[in-house]
Amino acid sequence: MTKEVYITETNCITPLGFDVATNVNNISSGVSGIQLHDNGMMDKPFYAAIINEVKLNDAFAKISSSQNYTRLEKMMILALQPIVEKAKLDLNERTGFILSTTKGNVTALANSTQENFEKAHLHHLAKRVATFFGFKAEPIVVSNACVSGVLAVSIAKRLIQSDLYDNVFVVAGDEVSEFVLSGFNSFQAMSDLPCKPYSNNRTGVSLGEATATVLVTSDNKNAKVKIVGDGSINDANHISGPSRTGEGLFRSIESAMKEANVKATQIDYISAHGTATPFNDEMEAIAFNRLELQNVSMNSLKGFYGHTLGASGLLETVIGIESVLQNKLYKSLGFDELGVSQNIAIITENEEKEIHYFLKTASGFGGCNTAVLFEKAN
Amino acid sequence: MSENKTYIQSYCTIRNNEIVLNGDTILKTESNLFSDFSKLSYQTLELSYPKFFKMDNLSKLAFLGAELLLKTENNTTKENNIALVFANKSSSLDTDVKYQESISDKENYFPSPAVFVYTLPNICLGEISIKHQLKSENCFFIFEAFNSAFMTQYAQLLLQTKKADKVLCGWVECFDNEYEAFLYLVGNEGTIEHEKSIIDKLYNK
Repeated sequence: MTKEVYITETNCITPLGFDVATNVNNISSGVSGIQLHDNGMMDKPFYAAIINEVKLNDAFAKISSSQNYTRLEKMMILALQPIVEKAKLDLNERTGFILSTTKGNVTALANSTQENFEKAHLHHLAKRVATFFGFKAEPIVVSNACVSGVLAVSIAKRLIQSDLYDNVFVVAGDEVSEFVLSGFNSFQAMSDLPCKPYSNNRTGVSLGEATATVLVTSDNKNAKVKIVGDGSINDANHISGPSRTGEGLFRSIESAMKEANVKATQIDYISAHGTATPFNDEMEAIAFNRLELQNVSMNSLKGFYGHTLGASGLLETVIGIESVLQNKLYKSLGFDELGVSQNIAIITENEEKEIHYFLKTASGFGGCNTAVLFEKAN
Repeated sequence: MSENKTYIQSYCTIRNNEIVLNGDTILKTESNLFSDFSKLSYQTLELSYPKFFKMDNLSKLAFLGAELLLKTENNTTKENNIALVFANKSSSLDTDVKYQESISDKENYFPSPAVFVYTLPNICLGEISIKHQLKSENCFFIFEAFNSAFMTQYAQLLLQTKKADKVLCGWVECFDNEYEAFLYLVGNEGTIEHEKSIIDKLYNK
């Protein structure tokens, strides 16, 4: 009999708030974290969802007097701190720690010293965060482009099912940086206005930054959701664009549904990737239709948070879990008129709905895709 | 969960200007430059894949390793459910540093999408997946050093849960002309037992 695995604690640090309740209140009221910034990171003003520096430092000062942490490290520690404290677990070898990120402390490279070069190493980042809390197990770092955060949940679940751990703390985080802004801009993938996932006149991404955390465990006490299936399958098609047929996403979702023995008609809500690039959103619509998921209520939270890269999959899982617990679906902010070739059921107004099964998906550069299926815990 | 036996079906190392496949040296050169070595490896493997020359060094390294082990394995006309589980220490820092140089000087500012895309370590998994048409499970991990315990456990669980029929594991480290690759293919049949101590021995050989 395969071991059952649950999520019992969640948290997130975003421009919309430093705890889950504040984030959900803002989403419920239709407040977006995306604003116009003119901070020198680009040669012109740009839309992005950026965490206020003063608020971040004030919050961090309440848990540590050290000035020695990078911005991203502070964001990750702040996200983990309340759930580590609340869980009261023995942080022994049976409690794992997974850190997932796309670019980590890449901003350290802007000022090239040997110390900064060390900081840019992802295992160094993981060790800094692990040491803060005293995790004994060696940190596992997942860096798989924009699916990193949700893939980390899948990996945590698999490691617990294989009896390597009883509990795994998962943190995901990425920052808005000149590095990433210039890269997306070089791809001409940036939107001139706040992003509009799945809309007819979408023109690209707005970038964002956030950290999110969950506790994945075999202990069903205080369980919010059960992780019932997952898959992470490559398109084998192109390194910087999605498959036109959505092959990898299709197979990832199929793998998750098969494992969970759940049919398309049983799924109540999809929190999709929806970056608002023309190709990504179109690819998703095709994959969802191939799986007959086109009538399932679906949103992208990118209109609230921008694309937070490796953090996005975990952040959107954390918010999705609130939808499950509160039986409430939130509108896909920025959506107006359907702009993909096949029909999908984008949520246009907040609505009450009994949710039993929730599907989270993500896709990224390198042709990667991840799907994780959650069931409401009793 | 039942403990089905799994085996290492083939393995290779690429380091110190040498390629060793299943214990046999198939290429050894004097040059200390990865650019020369990778080109010679391409020729030795009789590859005809121009995209190779657009890749960054990390992708070239991983690609060559995969080529060595999947060349005989693979028939791209049928489905091969071979998962990719790769890891390294330096992530994509080799290319990150180059990309950073392209944006640091506002007078000499030339960010390129062809470079930016390689600022992700998992791009090498995409390259291998495309070449061998592997629509399969894939993940890139970062550890301070080759973590044979984790790699063994993760490959094992992918096979046991039937998420994959075989698993190609790889340690592909590359930074500033320093490189090292160790790849091995794990499946349900074979003669070399898939366990940590044996993997350590093969890696340190």
